[in-house]
Amino acid sequence: MVRLPRAEPVQAVDAETVASLKQRLDAAAQARLGHGLAVRHVNTGSCNGCELELRALTGVLYDLSRFGLRFVDQPAHADVLLVTGPLTRNLRQALEQAWDATPDPKWVVALGDCAVDGGVFKGEYAVLGGPGAVLPVDLTIGGCPPSPARILAGLRALLEANSP
Amino acid sequence: MNMLPPALRDATMEACQPWARFDLTALQWSALARDPVTLLSAWADTARVYALYRHRPSGLILPVSVAPDDGSYPALSIWHPVAAWYERTIHDLWGHVPAGGDTRPWLDHGHWPQTAVMAARPGPPSVAAEPPEFQEVGDGTFMQWPIGPLTAGIGEAGHLRLTLDGTRIVRAESRLGYTHKGTLLLMRGKSPRVAARFAARLAGDATVAHSVAFAVATEMALTLQAPPRAVALRSLMGGLERIATLLDDLTSLAGLLGDARAHGYCGEQQEYVRRGLAGAFGHRLMMDGVVPGGVAGEPDANGLSVLRQVLDGLAESLLAIRRLFGNGLLAARLSGLGVADRQLVETLGVEGIVAEAGRFGGDAAARCSARLDAIARDTEACIGLLSALPEGPLAIALPANSGEGIGYAASARGTVWHWLRLDHGQIAAVFPTDPGWALWPLAEATLAGAAAGDAAAIQCSLGLPVSGMDL
Repeated sequence: MVRLPRAEPVQAVDAETVASLKQRLDAAAQARLGHGLAVRHVNTGSCNGCELELRALTGVLYDLSRFGLRFVDQPAHADVLLVTGPLTRNLRQALEQAWDATPDPKWVVALGDCAVDGGVFKGEYAVLGGPGAVLPVDLTIGGCPPSPARILAGLRALLEANSP
Repeated sequence: MNMLPPALRDATMEACQPWARFDLTALQWSALARDPVTLLSAWADTARVYALYRHRPSGLILPVSVAPDDGSYPALSIWHPVAAWYERTIHDLWGHVPAGGDTRPWLDHGHWPQTAVMAARPGPPSVAAEPPEFQEVGDGTFMQWPIGPLTAGIGEAGHLRLTLDGTRIVRAESRLGYTHKGTLLLMRGKSPRVAARFAARLAGDATVAHSVAFAVATEMALTLQAPPRAVALRSLMGGLERIATLLDDLTSLAGLLGDARAHGYCGEQQEYVRRGLAGAFGHRLMMDGVVPGGVAGEPDANGLSVLRQVLDGLAESLLAIRRLFGNGLLAARLSGLGVADRQLVETLGVEGIVAEAGRFGGDAAARCSARLDAIARDTEACIGLLSALPEGPLAIALPANSGEGIGYAASARGTVWHWLRLDHGQIAAVFPTDPGWALWPLAEATLAGAAAGDAAAIQCSLGLPVSGMDL
């Protein structure tokens, strides 16, 4: 019977080389990938204007991923809840559920004039006046709607503040 | 007058521009609903319930009204299924009861401090927020797939309940009203100039269309006309808005179906248009650019010439975009996806892209093709307008008069209708109608029978606006 050849046993790798490589990789990863934020958009009654500008932001020209920013579908995967709209009474529960489903540490960004304080809808029977009425808001980005460049500047500021 | 439907021949006519309103008895109201008419909208004020029809044989636009008797009026939804959500809205806001119709809440989810907020005497708040009831399907063994109100991706808030048999959708039922902001109460009692800010915030992707329809309705009520330069600038802005919105639709659809090339290409063109708009009109969406009486400001001359270059560039790249959507995997995914029933499109009064696509099979591929055709048409029209803008004043002053008027404008989703009544320069009653009212019922019917995994793409390809109809 013909015996199949087997690979020969080898010696353990040099621990010093591994440690040094690991250190370099960690440093590079920390610099390049260390600060990233997963963003979940939460619409609390927007007119779709802020959403238009957010969608524009996800286009090739702005290329969010180079900053470590990405949009996710589940609050459970998010670091940031990016809230648009004046927070209608009909969406309060949905926002609270999204907040509860987002793991700590988490940030709330109020995007657009409506989300900042209710905007033109402030004080109306159907709105609560932005996420600040029910949640702690960490950052507000004003504008009706804010341009993609302005949104990006706000998110990058949050990123910088959040970097190690 | 011979062209009038028989139900209207003895009716009282009220002054409304440009179409007189017929004030009907309950009997005439029901009789007209049985005529060959398409219901375009229905609304109310404290004293009356209104409906706007298109008479199919003659093409006449017919605004009609009926005074509720003891708080109730004959329901139109018996003959016009599309009326059901209007009737529920009227019941939620004004408290008028549709006799024989559906009075389940639509906009009022039980969270407001009052009920019938627009009525002469609003009611006490409803006791508890009940979970919405959805129609039972079959023997109750089917799986229910609730989607929303917070949906995946970056979009609007609405709830869709899919009943599934395996992976096939048996029934789709939507529940909207989540984004209701109380816009109508905010507009009531204000001058048209102030209320225009709310009209501009009904739907972000149709802010110009809503602003134009509102401005025209105001001008009609006051029997005025905006100056020629304002009219031309409104056409230009309307066309540019449709181009940008249609490009956004194509970008979103390509992104959803995972075609990075088409997503990148359409998104790039859209962004160039938006930047051009910011340069010319000072706002990427042209929000508040159209006001009752004319337009808000003079566009930047240099910005307009940049915009012209952007449009030339877009016209050149349309062929490449068309190839991306017409070939390869994207075409294979779109072909046969979400075929909209032609008969239903007509019954519901759906217009715009979805109606045009009916001529080419009515699937998502046809809708993409219709969008590209519309972009090409609007681009050509806008280039023409840019090279021949009339000189003259931008706006006229509005007198504090009374009157009733109707205005309309084309958005990327179909026709936007605004009706309003002015009382000595203040808005006594107003109702904006978004194309979403007709598109959502069509979406429900189109989703039935489709694969569950295709639901998001079908919705996206139909282009369903929410905020404009949630008011």
